[in-house]
Amino acid sequence: MVNYSERLDRTFAALVDPTRRAILARLEREDGASVSALAQPFAIKLPAVMKHLDVLGDAGLITRSKIGRTVTVRLRPEPIREAMGWLRRYERFWSQSLDRLAAYVERKEAEARKKRR
Amino acid sequence: MTSLTLVRRIKARPSIVFDALTTVEGIANWWGPDAGPVLAAETDPRVGGRFRVRFRMLDGSEHESSGEYIDVVKPERLTMTWRWTGGVEDPGESLLEFRLRAVADGTELTLTHSGLHDDETRRSHEHGWTGALDKLERHFLVIERSPL
Repeated sequence: MVNYSERLDRTFAALVDPTRRAILARLEREDGASVSALAQPFAIKLPAVMKHLDVLGDAGLITRSKIGRTVTVRLRPEPIREAMGWLRRYERFWSQSLDRLAAYVERKEAEARKKRR
Repeated sequence: MTSLTLVRRIKARPSIVFDALTTVEGIANWWGPDAGPVLAAETDPRVGGRFRVRFRMLDGSEHESSGEYIDVVKPERLTMTWRWTGGVEDPGESLLEFRLRAVADGTELTLTHSGLHDDETRRSHEHGWTGALDKLERHFLVIERSPL
């Protein structure tokens, strides 16, 4: 069982590459595409695309299903949702801390103005 | 690597905001996501100085982070390294930056927490990654919203 942190590592490592992000972006628009259709816009050879798909598959970002001779690739959004959730934890931490910071310094500002009068 | 940026307009002058970010008394009054207490705070806001803050949340969990100040320009800019310490969770070192800009009714504060997810792959791709970050975050959001 791969733990949470390792899953995040894999997700971010997979998303680091622009070709892989382009593949994911396309799969997000189209519900399923064949490997050759996915390879078509890129100036790289099919084996290189296959390698990218392996990375995406290992990270759980895509699924591949074979019908006859055609492999259909589909997006699996759960790892990205998990990565988003992780990022949101930081967002919550800072957003709520900054709310409290603002309340505190606005009080200090009001006190400083009162003293000056 | 990924990063988080938050911008706030605050009705207080930059020097007051800066003090709240860098003094023990200030930090004790706001640090942490809920009304739980700051248990310990240490600051030494000069380049090479260190900070450490420990807080307890209302659910009883305690968290601590520490780091080193790497850029301190009062009352405009504060940059420090950041690491969760004293707990099981350590996703590595990240970078925290506060920028304070004087505006008519107070301060515009920009917080950037970057390098949030560090790993070998990221380091080898850092160049291409940094510029693509905004696009990636938008992409995340789009995927999040799509009815899959």
